[in-house]
Amino acid sequence: MDSFRDKIVPVTSILLGVVVVWYVMAVILNTPFQRDLDRRANEAPGAVEFLGKTLSQPKPTLPAPHQVATNFFENTFLRSVTSNRSLVYNAWVTLSSTLLGFAFGTALGIVIAVGIVHVATLERSLMPWIIASQTIPILAVAPMIIVVLAAIGITGLIPKALISTYLSFFPVAVGMVKGLRSPEIMHLDLMHTYNASRSQTFWKLRVPASVPFLFTSMKVAVAASLVGAIVGELPTGAVAGIGAKLLAGAYYSQTIDIWSALVAGSVVAALLVMVVGIAGRLVDRAMGGRPA
Amino acid sequence: MNWLKPSWQAVLAVALCLIAVALGAITKPEAAAMAQPEASLDYPYLVTKGLMFGLLLIAALVSMTKLPAIVEALVLFVGAHLTAWLLITGINGFEGTALAPYFLVLATAWLLGWRCVAVLSSLRPVANWAKTALRLIIPAIFGAWILILWEAITRGAGIPFILLPPPSAIGARIAGSLPVLGADVRQTIFKAVIFGYVVGSGAGFLAAIAADRVPFLRRGLLPIGNMVSALPIIGVAPIMVMWFGFDWQSKAAVVIIMTFFPMLVNTVAGLAASGHMERDLMRTYASGYWQTLFKLRLPAAAPFIFNALKINSTLALIGAIVAEFFGTPVVGMGFRISTEVGRMNIDMVWAEIAVAALAGSVFYGVVALFERAVTFWHPSVRGG
Amino acid sequence: MTRNSPAVVSASKLGLTFQTNDGPVQALSNVDLTIGKGEFVSFIGPSGCGKTTLLRVIADLEKPTAGTISVNGMTPEQARESRAYGYVFQAAALFPWRTIERNVGLPLEIIGLSKAEQAERIKRTLELVNLSGFEKKYPWQLSGGMQQRASIARALAFDADLLLMDEPFGALDEIVRDHLNEQLLELWERTNKTICFVTHSIPEAVYLSTRIVVMSPRPGRVSDIIESTLPKKRPLDIRETPEFLAIAARVRDGLRAGHSYDD
Repeated sequence: MDSFRDKIVPVTSILLGVVVVWYVMAVILNTPFQRDLDRRANEAPGAVEFLGKTLSQPKPTLPAPHQVATNFFENTFLRSVTSNRSLVYNAWVTLSSTLLGFAFGTALGIVIAVGIVHVATLERSLMPWIIASQTIPILAVAPMIIVVLAAIGITGLIPKALISTYLSFFPVAVGMVKGLRSPEIMHLDLMHTYNASRSQTFWKLRVPASVPFLFTSMKVAVAASLVGAIVGELPTGAVAGIGAKLLAGAYYSQTIDIWSALVAGSVVAALLVMVVGIAGRLVDRAMGGRPA
Repeated sequence: MNWLKPSWQAVLAVALCLIAVALGAITKPEAAAMAQPEASLDYPYLVTKGLMFGLLLIAALVSMTKLPAIVEALVLFVGAHLTAWLLITGINGFEGTALAPYFLVLATAWLLGWRCVAVLSSLRPVANWAKTALRLIIPAIFGAWILILWEAITRGAGIPFILLPPPSAIGARIAGSLPVLGADVRQTIFKAVIFGYVVGSGAGFLAAIAADRVPFLRRGLLPIGNMVSALPIIGVAPIMVMWFGFDWQSKAAVVIIMTFFPMLVNTVAGLAASGHMERDLMRTYASGYWQTLFKLRLPAAAPFIFNALKINSTLALIGAIVAEFFGTPVVGMGFRISTEVGRMNIDMVWAEIAVAALAGSVFYGVVALFERAVTFWHPSVRGG
Repeated sequence: MTRNSPAVVSASKLGLTFQTNDGPVQALSNVDLTIGKGEFVSFIGPSGCGKTTLLRVIADLEKPTAGTISVNGMTPEQARESRAYGYVFQAAALFPWRTIERNVGLPLEIIGLSKAEQAERIKRTLELVNLSGFEKKYPWQLSGGMQQRASIARALAFDADLLLMDEPFGALDEIVRDHLNEQLLELWERTNKTICFVTHSIPEAVYLSTRIVVMSPRPGRVSDIIESTLPKKRPLDIRETPEFLAIAARVRDGLRAGHSYDD
């Protein structure tokens, strides 16, 4: 726990620094508009009053941290979770398609990795494409998938989940291929001397050896999955979800709403990665991993 | 019978082929013509039907005899692809009329193509040029079959154009809209992506050096950077559009934010990668901080830095394209995708995606080439 | 002393050539060798002499390209399929996600023994290598010497008569190695197994073996076979006796004769 204490002071002080810079930036960025307002209203407020006004505009260029915090708090805890303005509701909409897509994507990635490791033809023909496709901005297909599926009557959760599936299966497939190949030659030779069958080698050696790789790639995949779900919400005409909140905020210049939706998205992302990380650590511990 | 060496693909291929022959008509017009033999109706595969079945059966049967692997692969290659070509050209003008035998022929050709790849995969040539050639040919055949299946199924089954256009239509659209695509690439890639990529990666690099000099900063920035890498940063796009306007500057800003953190985190990790022994060696020379940095630690960090540059090449494209969904002037790849989707011009969307994919691969390839040139000493590069 | 008993390993005109990017490399050439039941045979030689390769051929981890070899009267492949030998690698090669007892039980699971049988054999073999009480530990919780003992237990667990050991103590320090050598001799005496032991340490080879096979490189071949005259009961200080030193000198001469020092 020593390393934790080593980090906590620097991290908090940097975060504090960010908040201070944020306030300064908010004042600077909001000043022109506030000057404009005051001139039109023929007011000449004092410095302190002016400062207060720049930090409490309803549609500021850069909302101050406390404005975002208040908005986030109100929309998270004070609203009924069924209201479509509730961040909990919108986060849940995004989260549900994220999780569905992540589950599909992980399963698909594992199946493909197993195929690649066991079928030489697949390895030589499919693997180069999987690697190449990581260089492609896949997210660009998101709007098309949404609209095309909507055209044949599939809307709601499934199209968004499909995008998440698509984004999350790449890291899992690549990570699992690496993991299933990670056993040392010596371990493979050992299984060979026991005349172990292919499936015995797979279940007793390759699968356990690949578990750390699986969780590392699942952390990347779950984050990608969330991004996929958020971007998938952009072209649906902004019904619900964090992406829809972002789009609506942009449309009506509700900057505070945008920021609090961003915060909500970040909280969801951090929680997801944390849950995967904790699950990974629990599994590692159960498999006799050396405590860090 | 020792001249015979059956493979499951070839046996299945022969079986499917015979079923297709037994089922008869390949398309609806042919079925209609068979129903009224007196009326001379025009239907597809009038001449080529026998040729296709013949090719498939011959290729499948020949492949089962004991031949040198390279000859077997060649026979299969010609049989599978010639049949696929006949099948696709034959359906021209009769889209959407395919019956079961059409798909059986397609499946048979595909099985032979698979067998061809399997034979090629089992080759273990000694010469280096042959290894390289195989490494390219095998995935190329696989990629070609994705396109063949896509083309043949969309056209044979007559899948609505707005759902999934055949690759040929997408290709035609690319060829026909080069000026538009070129303008989009110029706007999105040459302005937003390149600028944002250079500034974002550069800033991340400099921040990492600064963090390295000040341990307090490093201990604080590293956990924050790791955390931020997992966040949906793309969400800042609407804010950037509000701040910097509709033109490329707002997209470049998104790209800068997206590429900053991967570079920061990787460079910090890379600077810690040089071994204790090497660092102690530099200490025995009384080498200063900057000398150690340039002569030891930066070269040792190069693989990490290039890793970040590769990750960033994809992130930068994604950032710029998605940011354009939130508002652009009337040009740009993301703008084109979102508006053409709205107009249901799906072939144009696919054309734009193909261009984005190509751009992404080229971008990544250039970074990878630089990496090979700079980190030639690293095991991962030496090992090929 | 054991030459008349049935041959456990018998090789004649055995050769193995690897195809590499730099052309063919002759790892083994013209090896003739017979190992009887109950023998403790060491293979010694400089690196590249093919001693590990020979062990791997016996274990069917490599296929010979010339000559013939039989293990227990079968081909090495048949011997492997009937689990005729236990193999100990240079490193312990324990699975880090399994406890010691489950590591020792791994071959038993693969063979498909009943749970009760597995437990009984794990207990017995762990006692044999003095690791009772460490059943529930994970490999990283044990010292290097204990890990290697666990891997020997794993090789003994399924009661094969032949034990193939590839520099099993090479990575350990000398004090631990002496201790393990003593224990290995004791174990060999108690179980009456046939042991093939690859090493690059002359004292280790002389101390352990009934016969020492001296090998030399380029091409890998057997250059001398030395019969040990030491008694079966060997305390550690036997290594200071003139008899021991005489055998060691013969091994050293054999190594020198077979190895040209021009590189």
